[in-house]
Amino acid sequence: MSDTAINVSGVSYSYGDIKALDKVSFAVRSGELFGLIGPDGAGKSTLYRILATLAGPMDGSASILGLDVVGESRRLRSIIGYMPEKFSLYPDMSVMENLRFFASLYGSDVDECYSLIEPVFRQLARFPDRMAGALSGGMKQKLALSCALAHRPSVLLLDEPTTGVDAVSRSEFWEVLRALRDGGMTILVSTSYMDEASMCDRVAMIDNGRVLAADTPEALVACMDGSLYEARSGDMYRLLAALRSTPGVADCYTFGASIHLAVTDDFDSEAAKRHLAAAGIPDADIVPAKATIEDLFIKLTSHAGQ
Amino acid sequence: MGIFASLIKKEALHIVRDRRTMLLTLLMPLALLLLFGFAISTEVNNVRVVVAADRHSGVERGVIERLRANEYFTFEGLVAPTDVEAILRGGGADAALVMVEREGAVRTQLIVDASNPVMGRSAAAYLSEVAAGAADTPLITTTLYNPQMKSSYNFVPGIMGMIFILICAIMTSVSIVSEKENGTMNLLLVSPVKPGMVIFGKLVPYFILSCAILAVMLGVAYSLLDIPFSESAIWVVALSLLYIVLSLSVGLLVSTLVDTQVSALVVSAMLFMLPVVMLSGMIFPIENMPLPLQWISGIIPARWYIAAMRKLMIQQLDPGGIWLESVILFAMTAVVLGVAIAKSGLKRS
Amino acid sequence: MPVNEPIIIADRLTKRFGDFTAVDNISFEVYPGEIFGFLGANGAGKTTAMKMLCGLSRPSAGKAVIVGHDAAADSEGVKRSIGYMSQRFTLYSSLTVGENLELFGSVYGMTAEEFARRRDLLCGELGLDGKLGAMAGSLPPGWRQKLAFAAATIHNPRVLFLDEPTGGVDPVGRRGFWELICKAASEGMTVFVTTHYLDEAEYCDRVSIMVDGKIEALDTPASLKSSLGVSTMDEVFRRVAASASRADN
Repeated sequence: MSDTAINVSGVSYSYGDIKALDKVSFAVRSGELFGLIGPDGAGKSTLYRILATLAGPMDGSASILGLDVVGESRRLRSIIGYMPEKFSLYPDMSVMENLRFFASLYGSDVDECYSLIEPVFRQLARFPDRMAGALSGGMKQKLALSCALAHRPSVLLLDEPTTGVDAVSRSEFWEVLRALRDGGMTILVSTSYMDEASMCDRVAMIDNGRVLAADTPEALVACMDGSLYEARSGDMYRLLAALRSTPGVADCYTFGASIHLAVTDDFDSEAAKRHLAAAGIPDADIVPAKATIEDLFIKLTSHAGQ
Repeated sequence: MGIFASLIKKEALHIVRDRRTMLLTLLMPLALLLLFGFAISTEVNNVRVVVAADRHSGVERGVIERLRANEYFTFEGLVAPTDVEAILRGGGADAALVMVEREGAVRTQLIVDASNPVMGRSAAAYLSEVAAGAADTPLITTTLYNPQMKSSYNFVPGIMGMIFILICAIMTSVSIVSEKENGTMNLLLVSPVKPGMVIFGKLVPYFILSCAILAVMLGVAYSLLDIPFSESAIWVVALSLLYIVLSLSVGLLVSTLVDTQVSALVVSAMLFMLPVVMLSGMIFPIENMPLPLQWISGIIPARWYIAAMRKLMIQQLDPGGIWLESVILFAMTAVVLGVAIAKSGLKRS
Repeated sequence: MPVNEPIIIADRLTKRFGDFTAVDNISFEVYPGEIFGFLGANGAGKTTAMKMLCGLSRPSAGKAVIVGHDAAADSEGVKRSIGYMSQRFTLYSSLTVGENLELFGSVYGMTAEEFARRRDLLCGELGLDGKLGAMAGSLPPGWRQKLAFAAATIHNPRVLFLDEPTGGVDPVGRRGFWELICKAASEGMTVFVTTHYLDEAEYCDRVSIMVDGKIEALDTPASLKSSLGVSTMDEVFRRVAASASRADN
């Protein structure tokens, strides 16, 4: 398949007794913005280390643009740009020195790549001589992305680029990624923020080293259509407690200002309201809700936990 | 700019930006040399001597004359033999020369305060020489290579042996491990640059820095410390360069064994500094060590380097005199560098 | 809000670094048992403000009073009456769960009985009892976070500072953690929390939003939403933070 940019097939990896990746398989299409969504410790970073040729899979295989991560690592390295989870630049070198250095490793130079990194680098360009160690979190991330892009890679591997970044800056960062995707780049990005799934073309949900599901965000949540409701009342804590004993409610949990109910087929919202009124909550409002990736994740992981 | 040039430039920036460390690495050797060369001295100077005799004779007058003429001794006076013990106990003198006449012959006794053993031993040797003039058959002692027995001569090779292993091993291992620690090593390995070049790019700047330190140390040794300058200096430089490469390889080896800067520092210091100081012959003569320690000292590179430096700088021997040391150092370099490269290559995948 | 005395008082608190004003004259009060959400964009000055409140950094001007102790003059008094937990795992990986708790108990000078009682209570609530002998470093992320919470509250502090406590935690674990927070608050502990998950801001009694070193908004989530005519805290944050001129630096 020439259309496949990243192919991960049956990859396993362990640290001693701890299984970090357990037969992980998924494929990323060329020119796709693909999200790897899961909490810390799910195995995302290990997968990135394998794709970036820093570790070999213990079982299974992985390739990028047809190049095997083990057998053809040397050729593969020049076509990928990798941004590790941890800020990995030289703190005692300036913004410009870091960028020049990483470009030079690939035989590239800043002039060559500037048009590509300009949208990311624009804010940094105001202080090219500031030491990288003195930058704020958001700026460090922009510099790290600029360095990863400095050789115009075909495939960009970003490991948790938005961790610890506020909501507004995260949105800006995703806009940049979408622009790069529109320019033809294939991007694999991991995140522990479930709400960022909607920014991706397709996502793989990963937990405990296993892929729970992979598809477009819309298709993934479609399976929950009709089984998710939203409840509100004046006293949310009592409402939550009462809902847990309401017939037809499989699971309920807070979701921002409301409570989400995952329900079984025999759920009836009117009957549930009567049940709540009997429990002393007459003002409860229960309406069908649109599921999100977070709802799906809760559904998939709480089943796994039982 | 080429990839290699860019690696070197980056490393140079790290070195230059860390001003404190750079100054320390350049000034420490200088300070150590000057300290040992001038301030700290194990030479016998100003030994205070009293002479005791039970009767006046020409013999004791001759001894006193010689003591007065000798710059290492201060003649503190002629006392009665019965007072000697009290004077030594009270710290009024460091040594006493007691001359008593028995059955027509002058018998000489030498009493030395050995609470400082180094000084005691040297003073005893000097004094017996002085006193020997009093006997009928004078003993003639000649010290070779270092006629004034200056201790700074002895310390220059020792300090050079210590400084290079410390600076090269610690700085290279810490700088490589710090890249592992802050994750940049991953970015270097993920790039198409060959791992060998990454490592070479780390070693070359530290090699250059070490050469600067070597130049400073030799400059001080040959000018301020009056070590005789001759064509053997070429061999001093050549062997020092080999030793620097060996020390860099040791640093590289340490960096493959540890994962944090702190452990790199501790391992380098414990594994290299202590044995170098204790077992390399820098301070304690190897010949006086128990046999097992002598064997251990045989695997310490500094031992061979220091021995060779003594021969070249102080004895002024021909290069032929250091062939054994040279061969051993060369073999050690080859082995350590080989293992270090193999290990750092293994860690990659 | 409650009629009782405030337990955290920030009074014209200011911190300058050279000619850069990180925290610019902020004032607010937090009351006992309240969950106070402290939001802001990156670089808005949240961390700096939190350091001053915890007595780790001296204000350039103004003052902070925590549980009656002046944070600058009596930082020891402040440290004794607060608990602190950050997103980074700050416990000793090579000690067991029990040893970690014991260490924090002894740091706060708890007696043996007091400590044992508190430990058993917390571990029962958190489900840690079966894990007292496990190495802290070997715990999965969700459990580490519970352990960190237990260590931060072992001395039953009056005020608990939480710095992005749920970063990277899975959705189920995140909700479980907020139940712990709500329970602690219902028992009278005051909780001062920062987060980047804006759905979590909904669970706070009151929320402040810092922009460019100043507090631009401070109210209950419901009032903030209705005053801006939006339906989620996410939108509130975006509206308020959009006025930021300090491109986080």
